Amino acid sequence: MKIIKIAATAAFGLTATGSFAETEITFWHAMGGQLGETVNQVAKDFNASQDEYKITPVFKGSYEETLTSGIAAFRAGEQPNIIQVFDAGAATVIGAAGAVIPVEDLLEENKLDFDINDYIAGVRYFYADADGKMIGMPFNSSTPILYYNQDALDAAGVTAPKTWEEFAEVTGPALKEAGYIPLSQSHLPWIFTENFFSRHNLQFASNDNGYTGLDTQIMVNHPAIKAHFQALTEWKEAGLFEWYGTGWSDNQDPFESGEVAMWLGSSGSFGGIQDRVEFNFSATMLPYWEGVTTEPTQTFIGGAALFAMSGHDEAENAATAAFFDFLASADTQVMWHKETGYVPITTAAYELAAEQGHYKEFPAAEVGIQQLSLPGGDYTRGYRMGFYVQIRDVMNREYGRILTGEASVDEAFEIIETEANDLLSRFAQTQG
Amino acid sequence: MKRAAFGQIGFPILLLIPQLVIIAIFFYWPAGYAIQSSFYLQDPFGFGSTYVGLENYSRLTTSRTYLSSFWFTVIFTTLVTFFSLAIALLLAVKADKVIRGAKTYRTLLMWVYAIAPPVAGLMGVMLFDQSRGNITQVLANFGYDYRLGVNYWDTAAAMITVSIWKQIPVNFIFFLSGLQAIPKSVREAALIDNASGTSRFWDITFPLLAPTGFFLLIINITYALFDTFGIVDTIVKGEPGNNPMTLVYRVFVDGFRGGDLGGSSAQSVVLMVLVLILTVVQFRFLERRIHYT
Repeated sequence: MKIIKIAATAAFGLTATGSFAETEITFWHAMGGQLGETVNQVAKDFNASQDEYKITPVFKGSYEETLTSGIAAFRAGEQPNIIQVFDAGAATVIGAAGAVIPVEDLLEENKLDFDINDYIAGVRYFYADADGKMIGMPFNSSTPILYYNQDALDAAGVTAPKTWEEFAEVTGPALKEAGYIPLSQSHLPWIFTENFFSRHNLQFASNDNGYTGLDTQIMVNHPAIKAHFQALTEWKEAGLFEWYGTGWSDNQDPFESGEVAMWLGSSGSFGGIQDRVEFNFSATMLPYWEGVTTEPTQTFIGGAALFAMSGHDEAENAATAAFFDFLASADTQVMWHKETGYVPITTAAYELAAEQGHYKEFPAAEVGIQQLSLPGGDYTRGYRMGFYVQIRDVMNREYGRILTGEASVDEAFEIIETEANDLLSRFAQTQG
Repeated sequence: MKRAAFGQIGFPILLLIPQLVIIAIFFYWPAGYAIQSSFYLQDPFGFGSTYVGLENYSRLTTSRTYLSSFWFTVIFTTLVTFFSLAIALLLAVKADKVIRGAKTYRTLLMWVYAIAPPVAGLMGVMLFDQSRGNITQVLANFGYDYRLGVNYWDTAAAMITVSIWKQIPVNFIFFLSGLQAIPKSVREAALIDNASGTSRFWDITFPLLAPTGFFLLIINITYALFDTFGIVDTIVKGEPGNNPMTLVYRVFVDGFRGGDLGGSSAQSVVLMVLVLILTVVQFRFLERRIHYT
């Protein structure tokens, strides 16, 4: 009995002094592998930069798994201070008013500077509410870009395509002739759907892409995107394009092994590719259809944002605010940007990276941010749709059916439209 | 059989309480909660919910993909149960006959039992991988372009193969002990009456193994329906896409990954009812034909 008492006092004493010295907060994220190591480095730098707060990053699996764990933890009252939520989960977490503290409020309450205009244009409003108030702090912002194997393009005697017309007529056939599979991509809903709409400035959903209301209808069943998928099936037939399933890396691996000459992936894939491939590679902007638009617009930011979860005391919220402030600083952003390839979120960070000559050394690292800084249009700010994870699953399923010849393009898009609208109206009901 | 009697009711109930509490906490309470939430549409964070009556159920009956998952689960369960039982029985009968090195032989066959389902799935992914998989390469030699994660039935084949492989050892252990429990005198008598090994097996050994077989049938159906989750998840790499899905995996995809708690609760209630029906059918019709010694 005595021993237990002593042990208990000792343990209590330890935690007491621990919390007295510094406030501890947790941060759940979905950054695995090389990205995870960089997150740990950022946290370490933050902890070393001051002695009031201590942050512990925890890897929770994929984006979907991280969001699910966060929701389950919130319902059990065990939520972390910070959670990383990806683009498709934004509506879920922003819709649940009361689950998160808007980053704008959090920083202002803690007397830290915040000006939304410090953030680069493409990043500014994706994770904001209808009034333009920033709710989530854009953290790892990426956008889909076209990576290419320079050696392969040289062998084929072509340059990276600017438009899909150019790919179909010149680049694709030449690469095939040179013995390569010309093209693969890693995320059909993200690259060939959401960003297809923003690149061509087409409306993706009613209610201003879903930002201004809950009774949103998806407008995915559009002739331009159907023509694009029709072209994909034809390219696949002709050996100009290959699809290796829904898994991200199944499509990236053949590019890294040199079998596929060009790959559409995330600007955040840059760091990993650089570590692994032996050939010369670079990147360029996401191609567009000249037949659809002659003035291509910016793409959406993808990746994820950090949300401060509610239900914590003031001291912990202050720690969260301090971490956000640290994260948005130009030095941290530049380090994160250089290590991973995710775009810097503030103009100051972008300028600092340019000053340091980063883009002279690695021109591919600038492509994402250039694409996000292209002129915008009415429908390029982002989209906000509930149950969007399920909507993406429906898209993946139907696109898979198109590319394996199980469904026609018309049929698949009709199914996507019907099922997505059904999910949207169900989501609206959960919010009522 | 002799019945042991307790003097009063209190003591046996006291002994039962731990078990009852565990069942109540881990089964009845969540099951009740699932039934309740299957009538609601809930905000994932638990802020708002709307009563929708039977809508969560009725949309399952009209959903094309739910029905296709249903039929896939039926095919999957049938194949996994049949082959894991049949192969295990064959191996057990052969192992029973081995005299020299019997222990080593049996241990090797039971080994696989120690592998966790997700690890088994991962090994499946490696064997069936599109570019580097050994099995993919073997099939390519025969001119078959095997595509895991692209072709629906290719992916299904990998799930079924790995699930069967994983379950064989359990069945093997039970069949082997069942075989060894058959009295030697019965076997010797059969040997005098009938010289054909095949007919001796079907007339004598198989009926005597029936109690074990029935038990294993139930265990295997439950395994194929529920415990293969880890295998399915690793093989599709967490991305359902156009891959086949079992009903249990679907509950996870729609409910946990997709955030639709009401809809997935309805799906789990449907599963509960299915298992209930299956169990009743098995005990009503199959067990009658089995004779316990």
